[in-house]
Amino acid sequence: MGVVGFHMPAYLDTLNAKFSGAFTTSAFRDNQRVILSAEKAYATIFPLLKCLKVECGFDMLGDIAGIDYLNYPGATDRYGIVYGLTNMTTGERLFVKAFANDPDPELPSVYDLWKSADWMEREVFDMFGVKFVGHPDLRRILMPHEFTAFPLRKDYPLRGYGERHNFETVTRADS
Amino acid sequence: MPLETATPVEDVAGADREYLYTLNFGPQHPATHTTLRLILTLDGETIVKAVPDIGYLHSGFEKLGEDLDFNQYVTVVDRMNYISPFANECAWFHTVEKLLNIEITPRCKYLRTILAELARISDHLLCVGAAALDLGALTAFLYAFNQREKVYDIMEFASGQRFHPSYCRVGGLMADISDDVVAKIRDFVKTFPKAHADLTGLLNRNRIFVDRTKGIGVLSKEEAINTGCTGPVARAAGVVRDLRKDEPYLAYKDLSSSFKVVCGKGGDCYNRYLVRMGEMAESMKIIHAAVENIPGGPVNVNLEDKLTIPDKNATYRSIEGLIQHFELFMWNRRWETPVEEVYGAQETANGELGFYLVADGGGRAFRARTRPPSFIHFAVFPQLMEGHQISDVPAVLGSLNIIAAELDR
Repeated sequence: MGVVGFHMPAYLDTLNAKFSGAFTTSAFRDNQRVILSAEKAYATIFPLLKCLKVECGFDMLGDIAGIDYLNYPGATDRYGIVYGLTNMTTGERLFVKAFANDPDPELPSVYDLWKSADWMEREVFDMFGVKFVGHPDLRRILMPHEFTAFPLRKDYPLRGYGERHNFETVTRADS
Repeated sequence: MPLETATPVEDVAGADREYLYTLNFGPQHPATHTTLRLILTLDGETIVKAVPDIGYLHSGFEKLGEDLDFNQYVTVVDRMNYISPFANECAWFHTVEKLLNIEITPRCKYLRTILAELARISDHLLCVGAAALDLGALTAFLYAFNQREKVYDIMEFASGQRFHPSYCRVGGLMADISDDVVAKIRDFVKTFPKAHADLTGLLNRNRIFVDRTKGIGVLSKEEAINTGCTGPVARAAGVVRDLRKDEPYLAYKDLSSSFKVVCGKGGDCYNRYLVRMGEMAESMKIIHAAVENIPGGPVNVNLEDKLTIPDKNATYRSIEGLIQHFELFMWNRRWETPVEEVYGAQETANGELGFYLVADGGGRAFRARTRPPSFIHFAVFPQLMEGHQISDVPAVLGSLNIIAAELDR
């Protein structure tokens, strides 16, 4: 801010008016980001995204990316959940990153705002074990249902713990 | 997965009937083309509820992306949407180059554009052909596959591989193209319109095809936006958004006057088919305009930037080239990246294929999240299916173009 010619996006005014102090912003290349730290995220993320959807025109949730920041340089919180929003009228993009921490990483589900959150939240839960409170059907989606670990966490080894050899098998008798 | 679902069928309006039965569709069924499973609750032949069960082809691509470096990961990216692999490569390297702040050469931009458009045609041909095949039109399928063979030939001439070219590299391409490739592309530009017209003639007013696709699997514009749909699925519903026009990348800025964005109105299977046919014709125009205007010059960015793999001549005959090759291939060296994260997306045949790339300073991705269009489109499937007949399943599946390798990654 304060840079000559820096254009402050309109949605930031709206967010500043409503959620002042709850978030920080950053930018890299053409990505604009709004970041919520772990202590603020659980209470703020849903109203903030609702405000962005209803008042600022970000009507599409294009992606939810989970990231495990374990051992990442300079990171303080562990799980970052990035909501990729698009304003379909102006084509503007915004990335909202909310953090969650162990032992019970939790965030409220945004299924009520966007139906696209359904499978994306399930995938983040499946891969990182972040629970989305209020999701109608939070089950594993890609991994088998008897799987217990969360494979995209950084402390999960690339080759796994040998789960493949212990998969449940169905015999002809009990099928 | 156990057969019971979290929301029991009794919750569905009017579904407290005991004669409803459950049909297991897939995981291996000819109409799914790949491996995915649907649990259908049926009232006679009407679908009351459809629950997809996916993950059969999950192979940890994103975890591999954290282990392989940017160039190595191209082989995995190829195998996501394996019917238009080159478009995936473009999207991946678009993101990597955005992270490293590389501006690729004009020649590379044009070559990538042409090959990505060929990949789009190949993808749409498979989608249209296979959708027609599932609805009983075998001839259209053969016409479409005949043309796909020519696209494969071009890919083989350019990269040495037919199916998974692995042709892109950070800052350029594996090698420059030869004149034979240009000749082959010119030939394709000449012959493809005939095949396109044949397909149109076979399907557009085909009574059976139209009856089985019109009004089936309707997705409204609001629903398409709310569910995150992109690409032909969204455009058939009337969403006017195409990243090639809205966020021009590669050579699309120069070529934007040569093509239009194809949109539909109804959002049903027939519209999705029409949009795909229209997009093929537009892609043809892009290729036609681009292939006659390929700029000269190098295909890779400057070697001094220390970002691209030097060619064999430089590697074996100059000390700088040898050091550069060594630097990029040793597992503890490779690229120096900013400790940052970036999202890059391109318009592939199926929709917006994006990568959320987190870098920690090393030459590998700390996290390589894929935004797979198939995954997002397939999430819409249950709501498209409700109230339809069981014979509409292949029609809707074919029109969404679900590629299970990309769906499960």
